[in-house]
Amino acid sequence: MARLALRFTALAYLAALLALPVGFVFYRAFEHGIGTAWESLTTPEAQHAFWLTCLMVAIAVPLNTVFGVLCGLVLVRQRFRGKALLSAAVDLPFAVSPVVIGLALILIYGRNGWFGGWLADHGIQIIFSLPGMALATIFVSLPFVVREVAPLLREIGTEQEQAAATLGASPLQTFFRVTLPAIRWGVAYGVVLTTARALGEFGAVSIVSGKLAGQTETLTLHVEDRFQAFDLTGAYAAAVVLALMAIATLLAMNLFKPKAETS
Amino acid sequence: MSIVAQGVSKRFGDFVALENVSLDVPDGSLTALLGPSGGGKSTLLRVVAGLERPDSGRVVISGEDATATPARKRGVGFVFQHYAAFKHMTVRDNVAFGLKIRKRPKGETRARVDELLGLVHLEGFASRYPAQLSGGQRQRMALARALAVEPRVLLLDEPFGALDATVRKELRAWLRRLHDEVHVTTIFVTHDQEEAMEVAEQIVVLNRGRIEQVGSPRDLYELPANEFVMSFVGPVNRLGDGLVRPHDLVLSRDPGAGGVEAMVARVVHLGFEVRVELTLGDSSPLSAQITREEADELELAPGDIVYVRTTAPRVFNESERGRPGATR
Amino acid sequence: MVLVYLSVIALIPLAAVVSRSADAGLGGFWDAVSTPQAVAALRLTVVASFVVVAINAVAGTLIAWVLVRDEFPGKGIVNSLIDLPFALPTIVAGLTLLALYGPKGPVGVNLAFTRASVGLALLFVTLPFVVRAVQPVLLELDRDMEEAAESLGARRRTVFRRIILPSLTPAILAGSALGFARAVGEFGSLVLLTGNIPFKTQAASVFIFSQVESDDVTGAAAVSVVLLAISLLVLLAMGWLSRRAVRNGG
Repeated sequence: MARLALRFTALAYLAALLALPVGFVFYRAFEHGIGTAWESLTTPEAQHAFWLTCLMVAIAVPLNTVFGVLCGLVLVRQRFRGKALLSAAVDLPFAVSPVVIGLALILIYGRNGWFGGWLADHGIQIIFSLPGMALATIFVSLPFVVREVAPLLREIGTEQEQAAATLGASPLQTFFRVTLPAIRWGVAYGVVLTTARALGEFGAVSIVSGKLAGQTETLTLHVEDRFQAFDLTGAYAAAVVLALMAIATLLAMNLFKPKAETS
Repeated sequence: MSIVAQGVSKRFGDFVALENVSLDVPDGSLTALLGPSGGGKSTLLRVVAGLERPDSGRVVISGEDATATPARKRGVGFVFQHYAAFKHMTVRDNVAFGLKIRKRPKGETRARVDELLGLVHLEGFASRYPAQLSGGQRQRMALARALAVEPRVLLLDEPFGALDATVRKELRAWLRRLHDEVHVTTIFVTHDQEEAMEVAEQIVVLNRGRIEQVGSPRDLYELPANEFVMSFVGPVNRLGDGLVRPHDLVLSRDPGAGGVEAMVARVVHLGFEVRVELTLGDSSPLSAQITREEADELELAPGDIVYVRTTAPRVFNESERGRPGATR
Repeated sequence: MVLVYLSVIALIPLAAVVSRSADAGLGGFWDAVSTPQAVAALRLTVVASFVVVAINAVAGTLIAWVLVRDEFPGKGIVNSLIDLPFALPTIVAGLTLLALYGPKGPVGVNLAFTRASVGLALLFVTLPFVVRAVQPVLLELDRDMEEAAESLGARRRTVFRRIILPSLTPAILAGSALGFARAVGEFGSLVLLTGNIPFKTQAASVFIFSQVESDDVTGAAAVSVVLLAISLLVLLAMGWLSRRAVRNGG
């Protein structure tokens, strides 16, 4: 009896908080017909926003993946003082609000920022432009690959790598033939999480982009833009696209998570 | 190929793993590094392999100073206690690894792998993954993998430590036979004196970072250099100032024959031998091993008083560390 | 090389925030963070985050319990659903909650532009933290202890309170701390749902945003530092508390 009550409570909570709202957005998006929804998705701004989001992901994910693997190796395999600091620094994006991240970037690269003058002199535009948004996206999605790879490396230990050395493999050969394959599911899962975070980024790019429709709007910013313009269908339609990408991410997470945790 | 270690020392922080160790391993021999945990045997093995760098001293392989050579260039085959199998590769790919690194032609690699799988009796398992093998099979795979690149030296670090007793015995015998066939200079580390005695031609006893004795199994047993070696290599009793083997104790009911008074605590019939557990006057225990005939003759029962003599007491000149100096 | 990347991307920009916040000196810093609007925003954020994290600590443990100890068709799907707040963009999260619980929502409830809406949004984004922290601990839990307690006559409720809960406490605290850090910084889901009304429904993050928009960068930096300090403080405190809980025989 108690078990059923618990189950019901849990499921009801989840339904009310997660499932129903998301489901309802789908309904709202297609409320006025699929045609209308499709139209709002194929406006130049919407298409540009979609493309821009994909671009941000394409930049942030590979960079953070390489960083993640290297950083994981450094954290686990090397000895040096201040390791705890490095680990904490990597976790910073979790503790910092996205708007603060946006602010930080402006303070560095903006007109009056630390590098602002030098950048302006050389005609390089970071804020209110793509590079700034890319930096913001990279910042917020930084930790995921590291956090998946590091425990895996710790668990696997160095014996396989030592064995490879005795068999004649150079450090580079060992890395590509032994280490990397051993952590591949952790990397995969980390990549999925990084992608999800990069896709969903809003606060930091909000500040850094200047929100110029058709130019510096990602899909998330586009949702807000449409909403403020009272184009609800447009907003819901874009939201649905993002929700579908999120569900795809969830599926990928489901696929890789168990493999990442048993090695 | 012969291996010589000269004055090798290694510490890890405050812990002294090896202190000025020098060792000679003749070409083609089968040597055991024997000793208690933490005694330095694995460290020495890894120094020879190039997996650890000594703080001081030299390692000479086949007459060439290999101290500064990295592991991958030393031509050593290494077998780990927990197999270190490449989990994401099949058995075939594991064994072929060293050959692939050296970019040998595919046909040659394949043939060599097949040959080795046959040698270690894993012929049918080539496409399996290590996770699908038993411990003993994994270790055989690890051996095949190490042998694939024709190492000058084969080093095994407690190779059977993670296996069941039965499998251990099997693989011990098997290692001996393998060495007879392949004749590669082999050094293996073990803390099991029975294993060392059964398999090795030469045993090096290491304790607390120093070599206590080097010799054949027989030498170690019959002519131990100090108390440590004697008590490590076989069971001992302390009788007065010296150490005595259980089978060197003679029991008699006749006080006139000399000997110390002791009371029988327990008589254990171990098949063809009999172990008699005794207590001396000062309550210290003694364990004697006698034949069935002797036991029958004496008709011992718990509580009896007997007189214990020894034919071969060993008294060692002791410094704290148990340095050599045996007298009879 | 790792350090360079990290510094360029993260460390240097954050240092700039701290440094800028000090630009107007200590006095200026204090002025910026003690304006009524700033105080209201910070208070709303901190209080709402605490309340929400407390609720989700209970709800999260409950959900984790059901996922681990119960069996029902579709459990796998429900399990995957938990990660939705991690995967879904925050702006979309806000929109979905608005659709269901805002004006013209089918439920008849209109929470938009109310304080409750802040809580609702934060509940959404912090849901997974405690669940995911508690699940693995529950899975690993040694049933022997519970069975021993029951054989000694303890009721299910007592067993839970005295045997199971202590083992879960470190995980609950850890998950809650992470959830709290997330909640105080949350932005995207609040933007559409809460109306961002100063003094009423404006969270600290939104306040910072508006300061940046109106070019009061120093003020924004000051409040940012306070926000950072709060979340770091809570993370540290929870870490300490959970280590204590582990030590006292969790």
